[in-house]
Order: sequence, then structure tokens, then C-alpha cells
Amino acid sequence: MSEVSRPTTLPAAPVTDAGSDTSNPDVATTDADIPGAGSRPDRGDLPHRTALRVTGLFAAGALLVCVTIASLAIGNRAIDPMTVLSALTAYDDANPLHLMVLELRVPRTILGILVGAALAVCGALIQAFTRNPLADPGILGVNAGASLAVTFAVGVLGLTAPGAYVPFTLAGALAPTLLVYTLGAVGSGGATPMKLTLAGIALGAACTGFTTAIVLHDLGTLQVMRFWGVGSIGGRTLDQLAWALPLIVVGLIIGLICARSLNALALGDELAHALGARVRVTRLWVIIAVTLLAGTSVAAAGPIAFVGIMIPHVVRWFTGPDQRWVLVYSMLVGPIFLLLADILGRVVLPSGELRVGIVTGILGAPVLIALVRRKQVSGL
Amino acid sequence: MSLEQPSVDFGRRYLRIDTARVAALIPLRAIVVSVVLVVVILAAGVASMTIGAYDVGLDAVLRAIVDPTSDPDVRQVVVEWRLPRVLFAVLCGAALALSGGIFQSLTRNPLGSPDIIGFGIGAQFGVTLMMIVLELNTYMFKAAGALIGGLFTALLVYVLASKNTMSSFRLIIVGIGVSAGLGSLTSWILISVSVEKAMMAATWGAGSLASLGFDQLLPATIVFAVVMVAALPLNRTLPVLEMGDDAATALGIRPGLTRLSAMVLGVALIALVTAAAGPISFIALAAPQIAQRLTRSNTPMGTAPVMLTGAALVVVSDLVGQLLSVPVGVVTVSVGGVYLAWLLAAQFARRA
Repeated sequence: MSEVSRPTTLPAAPVTDAGSDTSNPDVATTDADIPGAGSRPDRGDLPHRTALRVTGLFAAGALLVCVTIASLAIGNRAIDPMTVLSALTAYDDANPLHLMVLELRVPRTILGILVGAALAVCGALIQAFTRNPLADPGILGVNAGASLAVTFAVGVLGLTAPGAYVPFTLAGALAPTLLVYTLGAVGSGGATPMKLTLAGIALGAACTGFTTAIVLHDLGTLQVMRFWGVGSIGGRTLDQLAWALPLIVVGLIIGLICARSLNALALGDELAHALGARVRVTRLWVIIAVTLLAGTSVAAAGPIAFVGIMIPHVVRWFTGPDQRWVLVYSMLVGPIFLLLADILGRVVLPSGELRVGIVTGILGAPVLIALVRRKQVSGL
Repeated sequence: MSLEQPSVDFGRRYLRIDTARVAALIPLRAIVVSVVLVVVILAAGVASMTIGAYDVGLDAVLRAIVDPTSDPDVRQVVVEWRLPRVLFAVLCGAALALSGGIFQSLTRNPLGSPDIIGFGIGAQFGVTLMMIVLELNTYMFKAAGALIGGLFTALLVYVLASKNTMSSFRLIIVGIGVSAGLGSLTSWILISVSVEKAMMAATWGAGSLASLGFDQLLPATIVFAVVMVAALPLNRTLPVLEMGDDAATALGIRPGLTRLSAMVLGVALIALVTAAAGPISFIALAAPQIAQRLTRSNTPMGTAPVMLTGAALVVVSDLVGQLLSVPVGVVTVSVGGVYLAWLLAAQFARRA
């Protein structure tokens, strides 16, 4: 029962009203079919909570729209929102501002939204899947593996177009996910957070070493990789993004479909099985989703740290541990955060050297340290 | 001198040295392992001296070392240029391994190594800051940058992770966080300069023996010798301290003093190597564990075999690095990461 006693180790209220039959140990036995019936006075306002969540969802959506417009308007040269709107609705070839919005800022913003959603949902999926609140594509070595694959493609095979990286990053994201999970699952107790993290560090270190070995070989590779190695969403055209859209959307859909089963999985494999979740099938689909999301976003934007770990945590303070809400919220809050970080980088250093990967790295480090110093997480 | 079983059977054979002045009991296996490691170091060292832009055969290398009247050109290449690199590899390996042994014994944790808590990334950041931002490109400043960066990062991680008690999980996660933050800053600096400068900083930041000569070897050797002699008593006291403070006190060890001197000496050893060659990662982590398994000892602390293991690892890694033309630190990180994965798998499986 040790696994059951710490399903997600998250602090927030563990109750949902809809479909609570698989969501939580307390709920599953006490008020499976009486949502909000007042059986537990402290949670008597369950429909109200749902209303709050739906309202929050709309608020997040509205915020995302605002941030998107800001991302189109703010930059090396500020463009007022009205011009942005007219560039989108009534495009005028002669207007250089319209050209700037459409050619530079729209692709950048779209990529930011896609990658932000992919990273946040990927982080939420890995955290639910490994029952490890500190899991993240970066911590578990997925980014390092994808980086190694791209370095190999650039340094050894001489590929340069971002689209050509996709098969490599997908393979480079899949292999570490499987390896880390296999390595972490060795021995009794299954894949505990500690073991997974250590396995991630070990594989990440090895991948980083191999990456450095290839990079230091050749000035040309270093030239490409030192820029690629810092995640950035700038400098892409819409054509280059076309391949990323379907892959990320498919990944997000698979992730959302898995949400219910992940709720059951949080209780431990045996209980999840007893509740009717197909544990192995769910695991397989989650790994596919994680690979698609992490691999595509790394191919499109390079490794961007900490979005995957921060966003699900922030989201869970509001939604509680129900994966369906966590995933949907992550999908909206991830892009908001990524676009804000990108805007911040553009405002602080207009030269464009403060790329979004650097901003999230610097912002994320204190957040991660604060998270691990909190009681519930360190008690793992 | 005689081979014999001591009156208490520890399950090992010992070599007993019993003269009028000196008496010692040395495990036979440790001696055999040490001899084998010395052979490995010599072989890899000589092999590494044959590699380079100027082709020197194996026999020519040997002749140049032993015979002062041989071809002066070959002698210059082998003795003046390539020998110090090999000697440095031996010294760095020994120092890192001893430091790792001290820390692992002190923390009673095979992961208790500076590599885990961001020392390497910190040193890399320090070097990059010195070389590119401050444009202080001399050897002393690079060394100081690596040293201060590494020590400061390790200290920062330690302080941020401590909270009444020290949990190794927290230590590792804080290490990841700080490393990622500093790594972002390093990348930021690297993308804002020319690619040649970035290459220089990246090479130095990865840990390289390439730029070292006899000028640096002499002071490094003196410091190493002093620290090593000072660390000799720890060979006896640290394994006792592993039994816990109470037991150690009862056996005549002063825990506080031992711990303090162990930490100072361990940091000094790491600092020495980082100042000379930059961060050569994972030797401090791997060497004590490998030595412990080779000698079947019950502590990662054991002076001679541990230092020889470290030296052998670095000499062989440098040989591989030269063959692939990458810095030695890159080889040790790659191999060390794979090794760490294996170590963990073995550890997880044993707990089953």
C-alpha cells in the first residue's frame, strides 16, 4: 500500500465532482456517486468548484489571447496593437510593419504557443506517469538525449534544416524515456522518484558528454549547436513550422485521452488495474505522447528548461490533482508562461541574445529549489 | 615479511610486515590490484606519448625516456611536451580519486561526490566568465575562475539543500536546479561571442590536459604531495568514522576534528586539479567505487589503490581523448555517466 498512500504527494484538495470514481483514494470509496451531496461538509460546494475551474479556464484563455497580442506587438520595435490587428485582418504589402508582424512575430508567437503547450503537457504527463512531482523532460534526461541526437545529425551527418532534426529528436526523446524508466524500475519498489531522478542524471550526463565530444570536434558544429543548444522560438518561418503542428496536436490529444487512466494510475498499478484502467496500454500511450511532445518541441525550439516542471505545479495549486484539469490548464498556462518569458527576453535585451531558453533557465532554477525545499516534496 | 592469516579471520589474505621498527598488515589483494594498476598506467602512458602531430614509435618513446643521448628532436617532443601531460594525468587522477574517497567515506554515500552537486558546471561558468566577459585570458585567471566558480556553486548547492538534515534527494535536485540556471548563463555568454572564443572557453570548461607543461607540474606536485601526506592519517580514521560518531569516539577518533580536516583536504585536492586542468568530472565519483570493488574492501577510502585507480582512469581517458581529439573531461563525463547508470542499477537491484 505504500504506493497508494502517496499517490501524487500534492497539496491541493483531492476532490472532483465529475467521474470521481477513478480520481482519488478518498473519493473512490466515500462519494463515488454522490457528487457534491454534502457528505463531507468541508467540500460541500463541489459544483461551485467546477464553476470556479471553468471560469479559471476562460480567464486563462483570455490571458493567453492578451499575451499573444503582446507578443505580436512588443519587440525590438514596438508596434501598436491596432496595427497588429490590421496586419492580421487587412494585410497591406506596402506596410513594413505589417510585413514584420506577419513574417517575424506571427511564426515566433505560434511556435511559442505550440512549444509552451507541448512542454507543459509533457511535464504534466511525465509527472503523473512516474508519480514523481519533480519529473521534467530536462531532469529525466529527455532533453539531453534529444540534444545528442540533433548534435549527431548536425555534426556527423551534416544536416541543418530544423525539419530534418525531427526523426532524430523523436528517437532521441524516446530512448531516454524508455531507458530512464527501465533503469529506475530495476529492483524492488518499482520506479520511485529518487531512482528515476538518479537514472535521469546518469543518462543525462552521459548524453551531455557525448554531445560535447561531437561539438568540440568541429568549429562548424559548435557554431550551429551553441545557438541551437539554447532554446529559442525566434527566426523560424511558417513553412518550417508546418511539420510541428500535427505532431504536437496529436501528442496533446493522446495526452488528454490518457488523463482518466492517469488518474487511476496515481493510485498504484494494482489499484488502477482493479479500477478498470489498462495500465500497460496507458503507459504505452503516455510514452508515445511524451515522445511526440518532447521530441517535436526540442526539434522546433531547442531544449527549453523548467517549463515542464513549473507549469503543472502552478496549475495544480488551482485545480487539484485531477489530471484532466491539470492537462487542460497546462495547455493554456504553458504558452502564457513561454510567451511572457520570450517577451521578457526581448524587452531586457532587444538585440535578441536573451533567448527564451535562457530566461526560463534563470527563472526556473529558484522555483525548482523552492519546490524541493517544501515539505511535501522533500518527504518523497 | 610473511604471508599469513591474522589471528582473526577477515576472509582475506594479508601480507604481514614485521620488522624491528615497522609492523603492518596489508591485504594481499590490494597489493596485486595496485601492481596491475601501475602496469596499466605505464602502458597507457607510454601509448599516449606515441600519439600526436609528430609520429613517434613505441621504441623511440622508450629510448627517448631512458637514454639521454638519443635523437634530441624526439626527446624534445616526448620528454618536454608529452611526458608532463601524462604525469599530470596521473597526478589529477590520483588527487580526484583521493578527494572522492574522502567525500564518499565522509558522507557514507557512493553519490557523495562534488560532481553530483554542480561543481563542474560552476567551474565551467567561472572559466567562461573570466575568459569572455572579463577577458582575463592568462592561465592564473582561468584557474582562479574555475576554482571559485566550482567551490562557490558546490557551497551554494549545499547551503540551499540543507534544512536541519541533509537529504540526498534534495541535494541532487537542488544541484540540478543550480546547474541548469548556471548552464543557461554560460550558454548565454557563449552565444554572444565569436565561435573561436566560444570553442576556447568550451574546451577549457570541459577539463583538458593539453596546455600543461613542466612549469605547472612542479608547483602542482608539491601541493599534491603536501596534501596527500596530510591526508594519510584519514586512511585509518575515516573508515572508523563510517561506523558513526559514537563508535568512532569510543575507538579514539575525534569526529569533529576528523570531519573538518577531511573536508578541507578533500576540497584542496579538487581545487588543485580544477586549477590545473579545469573540471575533470566523474573521476571523484567513479574511482573510489571501482577501487572498492577491485580490492573487495569495505570502505571507499583506501589510499594507494584508490589513487592508482583514479590515475589509471584519467591516463586511459586522456589516451582515448587524444585518439578522438577531444578534451579528457569529455571522455570522463561520457564514461562516468554510463558508469553511474550501471552503479545505480546495481544498487537498485541489490535492495530488491
